[in-house]
Amino acid sequence: MAKVIFMTKTNGAVEVEGSNGSLMELAAANGVAGIDGDCGGVCSCATCHIYVAPEDFEKVGAAEEIESDMLELDDNVTEYSRLCCQIEVSDDIDGMTFVVAN
Amino acid sequence: MTTKNTKVSEFPDAFKAQRTTAGIGQMDDQNDPVNMVLGLKDVRKAAHNCAVFQSGAKPGRIVIPSEVAIRETRQIPFEVDPPEHGGFRELLNPWFKRPLEQPYQASLQQIIDETIEKALNAKSLDIVSEFALPLQSKALTLLLNTAMDKAQTWIDWGTHVFRSEDSDLDGDKANILYDYIDNEIDKAIANPSDDLYSVLLAAQVNGKTMTKEQVKGVMILTFAGGRDTVINAITNSIAYFSENISDLQRIHDEPEIVNRAVEELIRYFSPLTQMGRVATEDTQLCEHAIKADSRISLCWASANRDENIFKNPDNVDFDRKVNPHVSFGFSHHNCLGATHARQLLRQLVLSLASKVASIDTLKADENIEKLGEFSRKVGFNSFQVSLKAK
Repeated sequence: MAKVIFMTKTNGAVEVEGSNGSLMELAAANGVAGIDGDCGGVCSCATCHIYVAPEDFEKVGAAEEIESDMLELDDNVTEYSRLCCQIEVSDDIDGMTFVVAN
Repeated sequence: MTTKNTKVSEFPDAFKAQRTTAGIGQMDDQNDPVNMVLGLKDVRKAAHNCAVFQSGAKPGRIVIPSEVAIRETRQIPFEVDPPEHGGFRELLNPWFKRPLEQPYQASLQQIIDETIEKALNAKSLDIVSEFALPLQSKALTLLLNTAMDKAQTWIDWGTHVFRSEDSDLDGDKANILYDYIDNEIDKAIANPSDDLYSVLLAAQVNGKTMTKEQVKGVMILTFAGGRDTVINAITNSIAYFSENISDLQRIHDEPEIVNRAVEELIRYFSPLTQMGRVATEDTQLCEHAIKADSRISLCWASANRDENIFKNPDNVDFDRKVNPHVSFGFSHHNCLGATHARQLLRQLVLSLASKVASIDTLKADENIEKLGEFSRKVGFNSFQVSLKAK
């Protein structure tokens, strides 16, 4: 079980809880503003862009090539960007805070 | 152009040789030639570079075949570049995300159920004209938030709003759509409601109230952009399942894979082959000189089979977990109707999986696009089948 917080642009901080699936699915299921996940999590739409806290980035891990290719062409990309459809919900991310990019 | 392959479920990659050797292809289109960008990374980069590869050219010019000869109204936001484009998307995005809401999905389900029921009760039917077209048209009433009885008019127009049997660009047919939209806008001005016409007429974008011409531009895009693309996606999916019925059964048994399955079908079919841009300066693509004011195309269909990105690109694989296809375009101008299209296809595929035991092909007339040196199967002109219920 992991509890995480999404900092949204329009709806403040949203705390959600889950034990499996992707972080995008968890966010979408809880109506987190700015996480659309249009493609259902196959890394095709880039509508689930988040920033990982710098201190957590190593633990979460960097994007693989296909994901980083998508992010490279996003106007709001930073070195801490990830598409959260590619992050699994697990104990490893318990307690983390993610900032929603859009 | 029409022909028939042995397998209706197969959609060959028309661009492989050219993509792997040159990365770029050429075609003429009404004496306004097009350099076609074929590789996925190049397509995405060009799509993102809207300053050099613009959409806001002469109305109709970025469409292939060009609609310059039959259209003066600028389609919005599709033929508008950033930053002006952003204001239109900000207005339109929430409206076009309504398919994520439960009441919308319930209404959509009713339309899907009725369409499948009718098909199962028929001895045989043409999936293009008697299933996909009515389904697309009825579902469009939800997107426009307008009365269901409007759909019959749109069904009567046929499968493509600009094309007829005689011509890829039928100006008279296009005028039927333009006159219809003008008339609907006038009706909405006289009697405002909560449909898309009225919402747009009351809207402010970039600090200004939308003009009738701008509203018309949005409505033309909504009608034209989601018509043959959605019809192709529906028809091609049924063609695929007709020869892969075990995949339909798998979706019934594992409904949680439906999103992946739909994304993969859309990648494989690429219902829209390509979209153009106009170069604003002399530049280069794949070491090929591109002259200012010449056209390029972003060839989604080719990019979706790029062997550098997709393992076994010519196979339909519902277990493809990472699937960065560009069937809905990429970057600023990604498809406004994608949420509606995805929702329709997800609910349709799940419903077919629960209700249909077999799909027998009786006759298929494939729609082959002739694009310069390339010939690409994009869908069907007609597809006669017999469905059996579970």
